[in-house]
Parts: sequence; C-alpha cells; structure tokens
Amino acid sequence: MSKEGTVKKTGKTVTFLLYLCSLVSSSLTPFLHVQTCLGAKKPFTEVIKANIGDAHAMGQKPITFFRQVLALCSYPALLEDSKFPEDAKQRARRILEACGGHSIGAYSASQGIECIRQDVARYIEKRDGGIPSNPDNIYLSTGASDAIVTILKLLVCGEGRDRTGVMISIPQYPLYSAALADLGAVQINYYLDEDNCWSLNITELRRALSAAREHCNPRVLCIINPGNPTGQVQSRQCIEDVIRFAKEEHLFLMADEVYQDNVYAEGCQFHSFKKVLFEMGPEYSNTVEMASFHSTSKCYMGECGFRGGYMEVINLDPEVKAQLIKLVSVRLCPPVPGQALLDLVVNPPQPDEPSYATFMKERTAVLSALAEKARLTEQIFNTVPGITCNPVQGAMYTFPRITLPQKAIDKAKELGLVPDMFYCMRLLDEEGICLVPGSGFGQREGTYHFRMTILPPTEKLKVVLQKIREFQLHFTQEFS
Amino acid sequence: MWNMKQLEYGALARRANQIKDELRQGVRRPYKEVIDVFQGDLHRAGMKPLTFVRQVLAACVYPPLINSSNLPLDVRQRAQEELGRCVGGSVGSYSAAPGIPEIIHSISEFIKRRDGGIPSHPENIYISPGSQWSISNILNVLVNREASPRTGVLIPVPCHNKTVLSITQLGAVAVPYYLSEEQGWALQVEELQRALESAKGVCNPVALYVINPGNPAGYVQSQKSVLEVIRFAWEKRLFLLVDELYQDRVYGENCEFVSYKRAVSEMGPPFSGTVELASFHSVSKGFSGECGLRAGYVELVNLDPAVMKYIHTLFSKDACSPVLGQIALDLMTDPPKPGDPSYLLYKQEIEQIRTVLLHSVKKVHEVVNSLPGFSCPPIEGGLFAFPRLHLTPKAIQKAKELGLQPDTFYCTRLLEEGGVFTGPGWEYGQKEGTYHIRFCIAVPQDIMEELLRRLSSFHMTFMKDFS
Repeated sequence: MSKEGTVKKTGKTVTFLLYLCSLVSSSLTPFLHVQTCLGAKKPFTEVIKANIGDAHAMGQKPITFFRQVLALCSYPALLEDSKFPEDAKQRARRILEACGGHSIGAYSASQGIECIRQDVARYIEKRDGGIPSNPDNIYLSTGASDAIVTILKLLVCGEGRDRTGVMISIPQYPLYSAALADLGAVQINYYLDEDNCWSLNITELRRALSAAREHCNPRVLCIINPGNPTGQVQSRQCIEDVIRFAKEEHLFLMADEVYQDNVYAEGCQFHSFKKVLFEMGPEYSNTVEMASFHSTSKCYMGECGFRGGYMEVINLDPEVKAQLIKLVSVRLCPPVPGQALLDLVVNPPQPDEPSYATFMKERTAVLSALAEKARLTEQIFNTVPGITCNPVQGAMYTFPRITLPQKAIDKAKELGLVPDMFYCMRLLDEEGICLVPGSGFGQREGTYHFRMTILPPTEKLKVVLQKIREFQLHFTQEFS
Repeated sequence: MWNMKQLEYGALARRANQIKDELRQGVRRPYKEVIDVFQGDLHRAGMKPLTFVRQVLAACVYPPLINSSNLPLDVRQRAQEELGRCVGGSVGSYSAAPGIPEIIHSISEFIKRRDGGIPSHPENIYISPGSQWSISNILNVLVNREASPRTGVLIPVPCHNKTVLSITQLGAVAVPYYLSEEQGWALQVEELQRALESAKGVCNPVALYVINPGNPAGYVQSQKSVLEVIRFAWEKRLFLLVDELYQDRVYGENCEFVSYKRAVSEMGPPFSGTVELASFHSVSKGFSGECGLRAGYVELVNLDPAVMKYIHTLFSKDACSPVLGQIALDLMTDPPKPGDPSYLLYKQEIEQIRTVLLHSVKKVHEVVNSLPGFSCPPIEGGLFAFPRLHLTPKAIQKAKELGLQPDTFYCTRLLEEGGVFTGPGWEYGQKEGTYHIRFCIAVPQDIMEELLRRLSSFHMTFMKDFS
C-alpha cells in the first residue's frame, strides 16, 4: 500500500474526517494542545471538558437497578446473594435464559436477542399510544451510530449524477457527515432556522432538495429530534410536515431519536416519528419508508460505554430486509451486555416492584438536574453581550451564537484557523474550558457558534458559564 | 463462488431455533435438546466462563461489590484498577476511540512476551467490537472502490464466511486459493501463485488473507509454511491480513503457533522492515470465550505513517468498543499470576478447558474416521472439526431434487433427525465435488459423547438410506 496511492484515494476526505473525528472522539485537538502545554503555568488548575455528550465522564451516576441486573448477568453466582433485590434477580434470570448457554458471553442472533426485541417492540407500542410494533422490524445494534451507518450503507449507491444524496440538517452531529464522506454519498445540507429556535422549515427543505437534484439523486432525509447540537424539540406540526415532504419526494426518513427522554422546555414534547406517521393514516403509514434510532448512551442512563442501541424499520421491502440481515451478520452480533441494558431501559421497574422507588428517584434526579442546567445555561448566556442562546429545549447541549469582532476573525485567518476554532482554543488556553467550535457541526456562512454540553454538575456548570462570560468580554475587548 | 445472493442465509439457523422452540413447548422429537455446535461459541456449546473474568466484570459494573468480602482480594483490586482507567470511574463512559490506553499497553506487553521480546508499539494497536470490525476497517483502506480493475483479496478455501462478506460488500473481489486437504489442509505456495495468476485480467490483488490456526479447517501452519507465505507476500507486494484468533488453540503434538509478526521480524531485512502486516486477535476464541462481549484488536506492522494517520481517522469515527469487552481483553492479556488469590482456580479452569478440548480432538478424529463415508485429518488447532463427507450419488441426487447443496441436505437431516446443528461445507468453500460439515469441538465431555453418538447413529442411517 503506497503512501501516494492511499492518500490520493482519500483526497480531501482525510483532512475533513480527521477534523470531524476530533469532535466526536475524546481526543479533541485543542485538548491535545493543552496536553503539550503541561508543565506550563496556566491560570486554571483543571480542564473542564464540556465537549462530549458523555454523562458519566462528567460525574453522572449510573442507575443502580440497571447496574445490579448487569452484575447479576455478568456473574450469576450473585443470584444467591441476598443483597440484590428480587426484581433485579428476576430480570437477570430472564435475560440469561435467553442467552446461549445462559451466558452473556455467547453470540446472540445478529438481529439481537429475540425476547429483547419483543420487549423493545412493547416499549415502542406503549410509548406510541398502542400503535403496533413488530419485533421483526427491530434490529439491535452497537449503539445507534452502528445502525445509522448500516442503513446508510443500504441506501447509498449509484454513480455520478445518480449518486445517492442524503439530506442532513445544518448544524448536525458529525457522525452523519463522516459516514457520508466514508461511503462516498453526496451530502445535502438543509439549514435549521436559528431565529426560530432551530426549527425545521419545509421551504428550506424544498430549496435544498431542488438544488441537489441538479447533481445527485436525493434519497434520504435525516433528522435528529431532539436535536444535536441545537437542542430543539420539533413540534408535532413540523414532524407531520416533514413526513408529508418525505412522501411527496420519495425520501427515506432517518429519525435519530436518541435524546427522546431529554425534553425540558415547557410546551415541548417528544413526538416519535413513527407515532405521527401512523396517526396521519394509511396513506402515509403504509408507504413512507423510515428507520428510527435509539440508544442507551443518552437520556437518563448515559451508558455510552455499553454500546447499546436499536433501530425500528418501517415499510421496508422484504428483500431489502433480507439484505439488511446479511449486512448486520458480518459483525456477528451487537454486544450482549448492551442488549441486556437496553432490555432494562425498555422494561424498567414497575410501580409494584421493590426497586421502583429508588429507580424513579434516580431517574427524576438526573432529568430534573438536566432541565435546571438547560434553563440556567440559556438564562446566563443571554446576559452576555456577544452571545445569544436559543432555549435548550432538549438533548444535552447548547449551541449559542457568538459575535466575533472583525479583528478576531482576521487574526484567526492569519493563523490559518476557522474563527470559532480560534475562539475555542483561546478559551481552552485561558480558562481551561474545552468546547467544540460550531464549524465542526456546520453553520450559516458568516455565523459562529460553539457547542457546550450541559453535563457538568450544576455547581461546576455555573463556574463554566461564569468563565465563558468573562472570557467573552475579555476577548471582545482584546479584538475591538 | 461466494455470491451473496446465493447464500441461503440463515435458513438452517432459523430451523434450529424453530426446533429449539418446539422442544421448549414440549413437542416430542427423537432428542430432548439441540446440540448447537454451529458457531465457535464456547458458552453456547456448554463451556463455562472463567470465574475470575466474570467476578472482575461484575465488580466493574456494580462497584459496591469492590467492598464485598465474598469476592477474592485480587478480583476487587483488579476491578478498582480497571475502573480507575475509565473516565469518571464508570464503565458507562466512552473510552478513547482506539481503546483504553492502559489496556492497549497491556496488549502490547502481551504481544511482546508472546513474541520473545520483539517490541510491540501501542500506537499500532486498535481495539474494536470484535475482530471482524477491525478487518472491515483495514479492508476499507485496502480496497479502492473506484478502481478498475477492482481490488482483489486472496482468501483461503475453506474460509469462514464473514471476511468474505466484508470483502464483497466493499466491492472487492475474493480470489480463492485452495488449501490442500490431502496434506492436512496445508497452504502451498504454488497454489498461491496459481491463484494470483487466475486474478490476471479479473482484478488487482493487493492483499493475502491467512487464517492460522485455521477456521474451519483445523490446521496449524509450520514455521516453514509461515516463512514461505511471508516471502511470497513480499515478492508479490501483497498486504498480509493474518487472522490469529485461535493462537491459544493448538493441540497437535508437533505443532506450535508461529506468530506472523515474530516471523517477519526474525527474517531480518529486507522483510522485517517492509512486509506490511495486520494481525488480528479477539476475546471470543481464547479460553475466556467471551464472544458476546465483542472485543478484538489489530496490530499493524510496517505501515506508512501517512496511512497510519488515515487508519487512526477510520477507527476514530466509530465510537469506542464496549468497555466491558475491553476489560475482558485486558484480563486475557494480563491474567492472574502465581501467588494471586485467584490464580489456582483460574489455572484449574484453563486446564479443564484444555483437557476437554484435547479429549474432543482425539475422540472426534477417532469416531469420524471409524464411520464409512466420513473422514477427517487430525485436528491440529482451532475450534472446529471439518470432516469430509463421501456422499453417494443417490444422496447427491436427492439433494439436487430438493434444490439443496448436498452437504446442506446432510446438515438439514442431521438437525431434524439427530438434533445436532452443524454448518454445511458449502458455506465455507470447498473443492468442487467435495462435501464437508463444520462443527465446534469446544464442548463439555458429556455433550461431546452425546454429539458423537447421535452423529454416528444418524450417519449410519443416512448412508444406508442412500446406499
């Protein structure tokens, strides 16, 4: 494999992917920058990482019940230990019964353990007011990302002008752009409306689609709801409009709903795409092809390291599903502990069970803390001149807009940096706060943002907000 | 040969599940349970997980157990150590994309020890959710989807079909080279040469995929064979993809696992500095047999730094491997040592597994070769038996009538009538006109005896029915 050969093959994608990957992985370039400065005197004693949506990394505690069941599954001898509650033991026994050789170390079916898929289907039915969900349409996966990439692999084809185009929101979670670059698909950007709480505008979708039809074959529309990085929770009307648009334009809908429990703002509610689709009647529910994604990494569980997730596919042709099974079988199966965890998420303690009270207490504590931090973040940022922040309606992030003085923009260009990257690097250097520049997620030309998570514990978050405020003022002054 | 459309994917597996369900519901069949030896899955086949591994994992998952006097001290200390390496002290947080640095370091030390001190560099090691994931990523770099002619990868016949599927899914061409069944499935360089020739005008071969010890065929390459292959790869400028998942599984008396990396290094210049190599291992097939945890690693040797940069990008765009799997990898590469409280039990359990396997290997060879129309070379390594079926024309005809490959027909009948779930040789590739079945031999003694009893009984009936 020659250097020339491989680098030529990758062309622009190398730099692009490298940049994007630094955003999704924990090895953020600015952070490495700090590492190399270790030993140098800094005006701070610790780096606060508010860059990755990793709740446990920021001190959030796991749900006790889940970890108890998983421990019992890992080492079944503990089933004899009286310190574990009976409902945890019951769940563990049921999961182990469904595993080959009664062990979480056995491969499962590639689509995932059957009784867990059944539990997921039941959860979806309950969530969606009784609309049926078929376990055969549920595919467990190694986190939601795995399922997203799998579906994209099925959809991307064609050459030249026929190459598949995939519509993604700007700003977006860079897994999508990275996957599209990797698969050689055409990325079609549609802009979310910052002035209207990052809502989705059908006019904008239409504009993006017609422009794209000139040079590719648009087949897919991706939407993240609640949104990452923007935190918006789409209204029901908006979701209906998107579904109608997808039907009219024959687009496959990919609904990334991993933050479905993370809804904070009053007046906002999570509406699952599937539910809305079915409530629109058979004209839509029998025809629109869709995949919706969920995972164990976010919500109130925050169990990123378990790599648990699933997708539900709707209206896929049986022949396509046959290919889908082949695709997922190459990597054998999703991690069984992640499948087990997912089972607990969709089948948590019920009111009549011993662990219920503790479970609800923990769940409520996490979600209400997030809601409080969302509110606090919006409130404080909007008092800082040069920072405007839309309400953090859901998910785990804020994506405020920063006004950068022209001199700062010029300085950034001089250094060969994108202006908001320059801003973030200075913030890291001076205040020890690690954020992600908006350019990594996409934004309208001439606008600058950063993404900050709302995951640090409340007291620490207050410190972060304060430091950012101070930095913003200082930075603006320096470049005035 | 491996046309994805043709594979009657999962039909046998679906039927096996159906039968298992029926038995659970009390339907009467000539057997009480299905012996599932289709996959190389130790736990599914009835082997027990290693106690130390599971105790540590449980304590990592539920840290209050670290204070439990019911767990040995070294388990508790180890769990604490592992949690200390996790961000936020939780197995629920993301790790760095290539893997937890301390665990990668453990792996590099393990490789160094295994290879007699030859250094292994952590930055050349990537952990992923199972070896197939790594293999796919490396293939992604090797295969040029826009090239004409298409990229080719040399593949052994027989070969487990996952890698083949990865290759064809990327739009590359799998170029078969036949292992010599008469010579105990030996890899012959002349055959590699023939395969390469056959690719002329069809595709552009860039890589050579080798499985050692083999799957499904249970061979272990000799030192001589490994050196020949390396020389061939060097001459023909082929990237070596070496699947070494079964390196702990060597039974043959005069057999020894020879690591390709060690061989390359010991060959000295020009080979040692230029042969490009990726070797794969996993937590699925070692003594711990933790297939369901999904963790494997790749070690890359002699790759151009610019290419390594791109590989780093590729592995980084996937979020990390499951943390429990990574911890299991650490426990595999850095197990209890003499003097540790858990050491005796650990050693005992390993020995037990080893004894069971040695016994299986012998018994299978004995029984299969005693049956007419059935033959099997000695199983030198790996986790499977891949005996040859000498089917009668009548049986072959019947299979054709049913629209089945002859060995699929045999396996279907074996499942229905004998309650043993095996894999037909057709799914792994074989010389035209030959038929085989594959089954996992990592099975507890009593189950192996039952398996062989049912197999013998079924086989005799089958051969009689189609004589």
